[in-house]
Amino acid sequence: MNRHLIAAADLSRDEALLILDTAEELARVSDRPIKKLPTLRGRTVVNLFFEDSTRTRISFEAAAKRLSADVINFSAKGSSVAKGESLKDTALTLEAMGADAVVIRHMAAGAPHRLAGWIQGHVVNAGDGMHEHPTQALLDAFTIRRRLRGTPSGGLDGLRVTLVGDVLHSRVARSNIALLNTLGAEVTVVAPPTLLPLAVDGWPCEVSYDLDAVLPKTDVIMMLRVQQERMNAAYFPSVREYSRRYGLDVARMAALPEHAIVMHPGPMNRGVEIAAEVADSSRSTIVEQVANGVSVRMAVLYLLLGGTDE
Amino acid sequence: MSEGEGAMTSTWLIRKATLPGTGRTDLLLRDGAIAQIGPQLSADDAQVLEADGLVALPGLVDLHTHLREPGREDAETIETGTRAAALGGFTAVHAMANTDPVADTAGVVEQVWRLGRIGGHCDVQPVGAVTTGLGGTRLAELGAMADSVARVRVFSDDGRCVADPLLMRRALEYVKAFDGVIAQHAEEPRLTQGAQMNEGEVSGRLGLPGWPAVAEEAIIARDCLLAAHVGSALHVCHVSTAGSVEIIRWAKAKGWRVTAEVTPHHLLLTDDLAQGYDPVYKVNPPLRTAADVAGVRQGLADGTIDCVATDHAPHPAEYKDTEWADAAMGMTGLEIALRAVQQAMVDTGLLDWAGVADRMSVRPARIGRLAGHGQLPAAGAPANLTLYDPGARPEPVDPVTHASKSRNTPFRGMALPGRVVATFLRGVPTVLDGKLTGGKVAA
Amino acid sequence: MHARSGGQTPGAASPGDADHSVSPPQAGPQYETQPETQYKRVFEPDEIRRALTRIAHEILERTNGAGDILLLGIPTRGAPLAQRLATRAGEFEGRAIPWGSLDVTMYRDDLRLRPARALGKTELPPEGIDGRTVVIVDDVLYSGRTVRAALDALTDLGRPRAVQLAVLVDRGHRELPIRADYVGKNLPTSQREQVRVLLSEIDGEDAVLLGQGPESPESPGRTGALA
Repeated sequence: MNRHLIAAADLSRDEALLILDTAEELARVSDRPIKKLPTLRGRTVVNLFFEDSTRTRISFEAAAKRLSADVINFSAKGSSVAKGESLKDTALTLEAMGADAVVIRHMAAGAPHRLAGWIQGHVVNAGDGMHEHPTQALLDAFTIRRRLRGTPSGGLDGLRVTLVGDVLHSRVARSNIALLNTLGAEVTVVAPPTLLPLAVDGWPCEVSYDLDAVLPKTDVIMMLRVQQERMNAAYFPSVREYSRRYGLDVARMAALPEHAIVMHPGPMNRGVEIAAEVADSSRSTIVEQVANGVSVRMAVLYLLLGGTDE
Repeated sequence: MSEGEGAMTSTWLIRKATLPGTGRTDLLLRDGAIAQIGPQLSADDAQVLEADGLVALPGLVDLHTHLREPGREDAETIETGTRAAALGGFTAVHAMANTDPVADTAGVVEQVWRLGRIGGHCDVQPVGAVTTGLGGTRLAELGAMADSVARVRVFSDDGRCVADPLLMRRALEYVKAFDGVIAQHAEEPRLTQGAQMNEGEVSGRLGLPGWPAVAEEAIIARDCLLAAHVGSALHVCHVSTAGSVEIIRWAKAKGWRVTAEVTPHHLLLTDDLAQGYDPVYKVNPPLRTAADVAGVRQGLADGTIDCVATDHAPHPAEYKDTEWADAAMGMTGLEIALRAVQQAMVDTGLLDWAGVADRMSVRPARIGRLAGHGQLPAAGAPANLTLYDPGARPEPVDPVTHASKSRNTPFRGMALPGRVVATFLRGVPTVLDGKLTGGKVAA
Repeated sequence: MHARSGGQTPGAASPGDADHSVSPPQAGPQYETQPETQYKRVFEPDEIRRALTRIAHEILERTNGAGDILLLGIPTRGAPLAQRLATRAGEFEGRAIPWGSLDVTMYRDDLRLRPARALGKTELPPEGIDGRTVVIVDDVLYSGRTVRAALDALTDLGRPRAVQLAVLVDRGHRELPIRADYVGKNLPTSQREQVRVLLSEIDGEDAVLLGQGPESPESPGRTGALA
């Protein structure tokens, strides 16, 4: 694999499968009494989070610690970052501290690319603006494979995945559309036209404005979070209308094929894009997505740091 | 400046320069004017410059630069900016008003004007703001600026759009009194909130908010109609889309007084350069698609776009050495403009050197109402000349060698053809053999 | 994870199928191609068969009927060997002998010498290893570092009553104080030589090859099987 994991769009099919297969093996660590492997002992992983995200940061922290790496957490609030130190200077400080890998979440698309130019260590993108969130897509693919494939191996060929929600502003959507395609799935996006990028016709997915039409032909439905503030920028008239036309309620869940699963990257707006009963149903993978996130992130850290640095 | 500094005005004999439309010929410069043009001239008191293989253009005029002084001297000063201009073959540049303080009063424009004269590397013509503080709500004292020593004729809020249609109408009407022209930065602000790059296939993929072409085109269409309605002159800054060119072509066909400019970077570069998120490619208006590049090239070729203007926008390193969203918008351009135009227009057969003389000197001087510039070389004309070697081996652009204080050129590392060999301002060389002479020119 | 008795195949593997470990680039330890190396066969399929039969008997003898043993093969080629031994011992005893696989990649001491390696499968019976006699099974014993890694891996999985080691080939040159309890063949070698074990489940045939070639720049065992 490359020195960095910045975008799911950069992963070849073989690379993606290697990560998923490695994650399968590493998932077993969670079932053991001693949840540790010595592999990254003495290596330092820095979590550089400019955006609040306890859930993702903890996931990366757990992954690094299970591999015996040292973890340093650097969050924006109350640090020199908040005082206006530039990204570049923060990077150089981390470099001086000997960070072997930096996991970065930032509001600006392209921040990981800049970081990679300033440090020697490996860069893992934990979300850059609206651009990509590759480990989310990987853990989503891992989850789909476990639930819908008898033996969790190989790709997702032929599976029909539908993404619903604010695709325009969603890095999770971009990463998933890229990775799902790479793994052979058929992707459809459903959203009001205002929440789709102008050039979506050129993307490797089908587009529909009609959620009900798509449901019976869906193996995996992935609900994206919709920010209520978008209403004030005229992306949709009201939360009520959005929920009516694009929300996954109990009736719509019943319209899905029996084997179909419901996913959500979190955090959820219960009652807006997804009904509470749907989120809590047995079809929902929301809880296991969290556990799978640790395994996938362990695989990523191992594959980046576990070998020679060339 | 006093005429007593006679040592600075010397006599020059330029041998065998190629004059577009005429061919190889000699030019004799004396006392600040072109004394003679013809084959095999001689003058005993003249310094000789062998110009065989060089194209002789009227001194280039730039309608759109940001010299940053007063207020942003960390990026550029009038001194360093005019040095860069001279090295680029320019004998006159217009300095945009978005300084700090804004050039919205006679006081500030006169300051800029004076600093230009002191430096002496090229003439600096201040541009006055249209609205006070560039706030877009109240007209600035356009008349005072026109009457001042700086004799402002071009007014622009560039950096910002004069978005209020009523205010734009009033401004267009008001400047008729002194033959002024409003130069519009066409960008409907409601459509470009938070915009980072051209809205299109690339922006969708990169997750960067888009700056749609319609935000430029809608304002241009509106302003052409307004200018026609009130019978005034409109100049459109940095045209960047094929659609804008079509609208201007339509307006000109109607006989309306609309002029337009294009930057060197919009003649050559496209939005896919944003893919590595390197902010050296971040600019307003943004780099567009290949179809847009083709459209503006064709517009410049057929004269729909009247001139090349660099929109030279220097920024210190820390404003570009950061994440894209945080970075300043803008690219330098003075030192590479003519080379870029050769690559985009001459070497592609779209424009000949006579056309370059027209688009980079004659028309911008006319639009800027600059007497003394933009005159084709002829006996009696002011000796403002640019000698350029189109056959110089293409060299990669290295901003470290530039006279500008700032290094933010998107052409860094790209090989561009040609080389400015000499620049004469009123008969005094400001650049010889591609280097500044330090010779200060009497105004 | 499911317990496997002799006769069943782990996961999706079947004889000749190399799917004991994960997909490319390096599915478990691969033999690096050394085109200038000349290999000669030093053990034929019959010799291998007899050696494995003997080891199976020895295991049963030394563990008093193998009441609590678990055979764990180290991927890639240790796993099918563990399966064969479990099958044979099971036939002799008339009951199923449990076997599985133990991937040791994450415990290796030489990870930083090469790009990150793909992991092999670790499959243990649901009862785990606590209180059992674990017999580690591998194809070649060389420096002993692989076995050291396997011991560390076992420590993190539980507490066996005892740990023993069975190998098909012992080629000498130990770098750690490690010895095998059961050896199929002793094969004295120089460090310039390469040893390759072929198994029908993976390579389509059974053989042990000895090659004369340029000395591997890394410590013994880097080329060929993990030792």
